[in-house]
Amino acid sequence: MKHRTFFWFILPSLAAMIAFIALPLVSVVIQSMHVEHEQIMSVTENCGPFGCKEEVSVDAEATAALRAESPLGRFNGLGTYFDRGHLASQEVATAWQERTSLGDFFSRLYNLPLYKAIAFTLTYTFIVTPLVIMLGLAIALGVNRLAPALKGPTIFVSLLPMIVTPLIGSLILFWMIDAQGIIGKSLQWIFDDPELSLKASPTLTWITLMVYGVWHGAPFAFVVFYAGLQTVSSETLEAARIDGATRWQQVRYVVIPHLMPLAVFVSLIQLMDNFRVFEPIIGFSAQANASSLSSIIFTDLRGDVIRFNSAAATSVITIIGVAILLSPVLIRTWRDFKGKAV
Amino acid sequence: MYLKNLAVAGALAVTSSAAYAGCGLSGGNVNILANEFGAIQAMVAGARECAGDGVTVEANLTVDHRDIQVAALTANPAQYTSAVVANSSIVPLINGDLIRPLDDLVAEHGQDLDKTQLITIDGKVMAVAFMANAQHLFYRKDILEEAGVDVPTTYDEVLAAAEKIRSMGLMEHPFAMNTKTGWNLGEEFINMYMGTGAPFFEPGTANVAVNNEHGVAALNMLKSLVEYSNPDFLTFDSNETQARWESGDLALAVMWGSRGGSILDDEGSSGDIVDATVLAPAPTLTGDNVASTLWWDGFTISKNISDEDAEATFVSLVNGISDDVIRANNDKAVWLSSAYEPTPASAGVAATAASGTSPYPMLPYMGLLHTAAGGELSEFLQGSESAEQALADIEAAYTTAAREQGFVE
Amino acid sequence: MSNAALKTPRSIVYLSAGFVIFWVIIASFPFFWTLWGSFKVQGDFFSKADWRNALWGTRTIVETGGPFTGAGYHGAWVQEEFWRAALNTFIVVFFTVVISLTLGTLGGYALARSGARYAFWLLMIALVFRAMPHITLVSGYMLPFFQWNLWGHLPTTIIVLVAINQPFTLWMLHSFFLNIPKDLDESAKVDGCTQFQAFRHVIIPVMWPGVITTGLFSFLLAYNDFAVTSMLLSESNRTMVPAIAGFLGSTFEEGNVMFAVAAVVSATAPLFVLVMFFQRQIVSGLTAGAVKG
Repeated sequence: MKHRTFFWFILPSLAAMIAFIALPLVSVVIQSMHVEHEQIMSVTENCGPFGCKEEVSVDAEATAALRAESPLGRFNGLGTYFDRGHLASQEVATAWQERTSLGDFFSRLYNLPLYKAIAFTLTYTFIVTPLVIMLGLAIALGVNRLAPALKGPTIFVSLLPMIVTPLIGSLILFWMIDAQGIIGKSLQWIFDDPELSLKASPTLTWITLMVYGVWHGAPFAFVVFYAGLQTVSSETLEAARIDGATRWQQVRYVVIPHLMPLAVFVSLIQLMDNFRVFEPIIGFSAQANASSLSSIIFTDLRGDVIRFNSAAATSVITIIGVAILLSPVLIRTWRDFKGKAV
Repeated sequence: MYLKNLAVAGALAVTSSAAYAGCGLSGGNVNILANEFGAIQAMVAGARECAGDGVTVEANLTVDHRDIQVAALTANPAQYTSAVVANSSIVPLINGDLIRPLDDLVAEHGQDLDKTQLITIDGKVMAVAFMANAQHLFYRKDILEEAGVDVPTTYDEVLAAAEKIRSMGLMEHPFAMNTKTGWNLGEEFINMYMGTGAPFFEPGTANVAVNNEHGVAALNMLKSLVEYSNPDFLTFDSNETQARWESGDLALAVMWGSRGGSILDDEGSSGDIVDATVLAPAPTLTGDNVASTLWWDGFTISKNISDEDAEATFVSLVNGISDDVIRANNDKAVWLSSAYEPTPASAGVAATAASGTSPYPMLPYMGLLHTAAGGELSEFLQGSESAEQALADIEAAYTTAAREQGFVE
Repeated sequence: MSNAALKTPRSIVYLSAGFVIFWVIIASFPFFWTLWGSFKVQGDFFSKADWRNALWGTRTIVETGGPFTGAGYHGAWVQEEFWRAALNTFIVVFFTVVISLTLGTLGGYALARSGARYAFWLLMIALVFRAMPHITLVSGYMLPFFQWNLWGHLPTTIIVLVAINQPFTLWMLHSFFLNIPKDLDESAKVDGCTQFQAFRHVIIPVMWPGVITTGLFSFLLAYNDFAVTSMLLSESNRTMVPAIAGFLGSTFEEGNVMFAVAAVVSATAPLFVLVMFFQRQIVSGLTAGAVKG
């Protein structure tokens, strides 16, 4: 394809991505390097129903003048990145010097908001992804064995957890796991512990969120694997059987290798999706016990004070995290591409 | 007594004229953002009476009002012509220069307002308060009698009463307060710290001063209290504590006075629970200082709107707190008006105010401390962190945010 | 594989069937439960007394006289005007899908037919963009949008969703076009067509299976989005998902939380219908395209 033709074909798509992904990224990077102006405060007499009081308040006019002069605020360089809300270089250094053991160091690290979010995000990503693949494969094998008449309805039902809006799906489950809800009560009965509450402890909240993640993600893996199973060559299977392979061996040596490229595809998509885990934390009201990189950005952008620069710095760190996560895939694809070109 | 004085001062106010469509306005759009408790719903219903004749009145009543107000009023034109605020939530609006001074509107349309209702900052009227609020104690007469304990006046007595109720097997989790992670939990910390009588900031600066023995005392009390709460306490907001109270799960609770009206009405609860519910002043921490804060709720008018809309909004909202509205909704709040008659539902707030409780500090950086406390306390209350560590975390989180926002160097 | 099943030992058949039944229950039960509960009053669905009240509707009978009530639906759709949110969702989703697919087919086709190095790099960048949490971009949008007065409007959100959706659309369609033999359009070009004519007359007629599958995923993205819509839309322009989150903030009055439950059911229903109709395309589309790319 000619360069010029290529350019015209890709232009609309590229323009959209540049305007609404690349430029906002630039905006995010710029914001992350600025902080608010120094607040000009004055002591004023404030009166209300409970009497008058001398209090400091922000001088709106003087602050407005400062803002008009440089709307971005004060340049702060990488300061925001290394403060306590983000990489916390100083706190990490102190924690390392004063550590009594490695575990102590990590628990101090875990006390810092960004590291706490990273811990949850990574745990979630690397526990949910493999479970999703295994469960998806098991369902695909099971459904594939069903009588043809049952397949349609089963596939339909199996897809539901995937298509349902994540926020809605997590709300539905949140209502059910309440200590008084149907799942909550059943668990209390199963474990014979009337005090059991899934919302109460960090561990249980994490498990709940991950179970939700698997529930939500498994149908995607299932549908991809199921699609893949339709193309397993029956001759190969036949040959394996003639060679005396057991059922398990057939799955192990014929089906799974056939599905391997699909597993790579599924895990790539799942890694990306799980890394941005966000809605379940809101839906399950789990902010007390779990925060993800996305959810701390969300918290910064809402509330009394919108902390654009803090949100921006976390965003940049998250994007770098995404790039690191994807780097093995990127490198492999690059090798493939070069191999093809030669 | 504060509230008595207020009522006397309010008696000078003139009865407002009856509402009619348009309220005498030639037009304008009114859109109100507010919290959703009963008193505000009544006020907004009163403001809606002005709709018609070219005036439209809409409202969004939600507990998330605090989270969305800054973004919504920053937009130009602002999404809402009015934000109903309290002493804490007005501060970000002032910091961001998002609301307009109301002096001219008060002069023109505010003859019925009492002077104590006007929230003035540096001589300029920035909001009109219409009700007072405070967190205070709710208790169940029948359960306390059964346990044989007196009405607690200090938090130590609350603990003793809760322990008695538990040890007698009356209730496993007799106590609750609004301890949902975030704003609610931050508020409980601030109230409890108020009980120590110590200042939040180093005088004359924005440097936080809670990381000391007073902070430890406040935190330890919170920790002891939540031991008597249901283990889900980190998800308790006002709606949740109210529901639990009404279902009879609680014997002692610290809740907002503005919930008194709806707890004492006959909806959502059985008669014997309502009959046994008594509203009492907020307990003190050690016997001297009340561990609570006084609040007012009032309305503001956005800056980024047309003057016509501002006028329409002001007139409608003043109509929303007219004497007729207040008489019809007397039980729903402690109204700052001469038309208001004290009731059992307001007894808690009135007694809390009378016992010398301080108002919530209206400092530009108070919200940052509030947010920091709300976010950093969960682990301490769950027992996986020491009080000292939690306070150090609050201090560090506050300082980071305050530095970013330009309050401290 | 079907004849393999014939020779399978009984135990494995039972085990596998049991597992599928177990999964089907897990996958569907929450939906049935919520659907059932949405016709009850708050006192039953969120019963503090006994969860079985939600089954029999104990309080519902006391409060409304019958075991089922449409109060939640009436409250959500009539009183709280949920239909506005539904209409907004329809507008956002429709335009997002149409624009995404238009831009995506052109771009995906170009990427599939160009062997140039920059095409590869574009795909790699698209992959990184696909992986970025959407919320990271939102802080980049908010300040400029406030500045230029673009915040809160539906078209702004549509364009943002289109852009966010582009990387995935490009990848999917690029894989589909790779599967369409190059000879088709090459021979058209030999016959004197320009590249665009070749695309129009030869490629468009055969590309629909891929476009439908991609469209379904774009639909899900736009329909389900919470991060972007909740931060960028004003109150009056809200779509269904942020509107439901909003219902949860206004539960002071007894029974209002049932509006949220009813709205949840209402928002899920179109997804059910969609899957029912397009189930086959999802499976076959994935087999044909994405999973090979």
